[in-house]
Amino acid sequence: MMNIHMGRALYGILYREFLRFFQQRARFLSALVRPLIWLLVFSAGWRQTQGLAPYPPYATYIPYEIYMIPGLCAMIQLFNGMQSSLSMIYDREMGSMRVLLTTPLPRWFILASRLLAGVAVSLLQVYAFLGIAFLFTYFEVLDLDIPLIGYLTVLPALIISGFMLGALGMALSSTIKQLENFAGVMNFVIFPMFFISSALFPLWRIKDLSYTFYQFCLYNPFTYAVELIRFALHGQFYLNGAIVVGLTALISLGLAIYAYDPARGIQAKSGKPG
Amino acid sequence: MNASDKTETPAISIEGVSYNYGARKALDDVSFKVWPGAFTALLGANGAGKSTLLSLITRLFDTGVGKISIDGKSFKEDGAKALGPLGVVFQQTTLDLDLSVRQNLKYFSRLRGMSSKFANQRIDETLSSLEMLERIDERVRDLNGGHRRRVEIARAMLHKPKLLLLDEPTVGLDIHTRGVIVDHIHKLAKEENIAVLWTTHLMDEIWDEDNLIVLDKGRIIEDGSVKDVLGRVGAPDITSAFESLIHGEEERLR
Repeated sequence: MMNIHMGRALYGILYREFLRFFQQRARFLSALVRPLIWLLVFSAGWRQTQGLAPYPPYATYIPYEIYMIPGLCAMIQLFNGMQSSLSMIYDREMGSMRVLLTTPLPRWFILASRLLAGVAVSLLQVYAFLGIAFLFTYFEVLDLDIPLIGYLTVLPALIISGFMLGALGMALSSTIKQLENFAGVMNFVIFPMFFISSALFPLWRIKDLSYTFYQFCLYNPFTYAVELIRFALHGQFYLNGAIVVGLTALISLGLAIYAYDPARGIQAKSGKPG
Repeated sequence: MNASDKTETPAISIEGVSYNYGARKALDDVSFKVWPGAFTALLGANGAGKSTLLSLITRLFDTGVGKISIDGKSFKEDGAKALGPLGVVFQQTTLDLDLSVRQNLKYFSRLRGMSSKFANQRIDETLSSLEMLERIDERVRDLNGGHRRRVEIARAMLHKPKLLLLDEPTVGLDIHTRGVIVDHIHKLAKEENIAVLWTTHLMDEIWDEDNLIVLDKGRIIEDGSVKDVLGRVGAPDITSAFESLIHGEEERLR
């Protein structure tokens, strides 16, 4: 009986997440426009100077826009993870989080379902972006040249990285008391995570420029998410990436479950019901 | 009927519950029971501990001191499962404003593990009983406060709860809507044998046949039927009784 209940509840949480996502058309549009602007504008500016010599997973010299694709996929998921975090804070302020937390289901299951719903939405966004990238190649706007199998092999990588970024957002949401404080997340989480990583420049080039910056990149789990996606898009598996991303996802989810625990978590210590 | 006469399981049983925010005691050894079919009003001034108590009953908070059981199942032994027979209407609107009434109720029915067929049937029944069926496809954002409150009551009743918890559900509503909601909930308690725990500041929402629990500074200072409480305090009405109890408690603590 419990399994049926869990299945229906998971379906309910997915149902609401997708309903909200499709109602917020601006969110869908911005999720697509943001990486497309980066791809078209930023890469166009850099392609003359930033062509890359062969290094794994690339077998040949690649133009800069191909290099950027995995970073942009991860960027979509990063923004979506933080959007989910924002939506949890909003739900808490609007009270609908209480409805979720007072269902007769284990707290870990509720949070994991919410996370899964966020990952599903991020997959939709990434595949929409990859679809447009495919059309760019087909109509020779850009030469992105992603192998067809890559669209399939990238799926597990996107699921793991989506989990990691969503769980990070969820853990963060438990520490943010008001919606207004979310701007801090933009400044202190999203931008540093994205820029201090291999999303825009390869690690060997960063190392050449600054060893300290390179070290920061190495300690940033987002770097591993980007590299995991990069290898997967070319049909290859990046073990270190999978381990770091998987572990970060588990630790973040554990922190979120702890934080939302009614007896021990940050929510209880805040002294504010619900 | 006295509590000692009861042979059935209480819809909610609170036994020796205490809760602290750091060094500040919010609830101190709180115990009471609410029985099926009874409308019980929980009265208390601001800061008396009502919100903390409701957060504990809904398991938004947890405490290691004391025991809370809903329909015989305790959080300690059964965890979140104990929330199964509970329906809640929070003081703040908890509906998703961008979804329609139907979508909100469908979402809740799935969270409660209801089958689609049963959910559709209950959505029709509960909305009809609150005269809201014709608004089913409207966005909640487009409804007024009274209609939103009715939808929340319909949602809380969707899974046929044994205990209905309402936290100041008439705050901000006009007199007519207040009357409709108070009447409806009293009727539900009587006709469907549901235990109702209703927190309020508004004494006219409490009827003579109801039960009354008065909470002050985290402690229960009165618990019984309205008639018994009025008799014990020697007051002509609930407002006078409440004033007398609160001031009496202040005197006692001095």
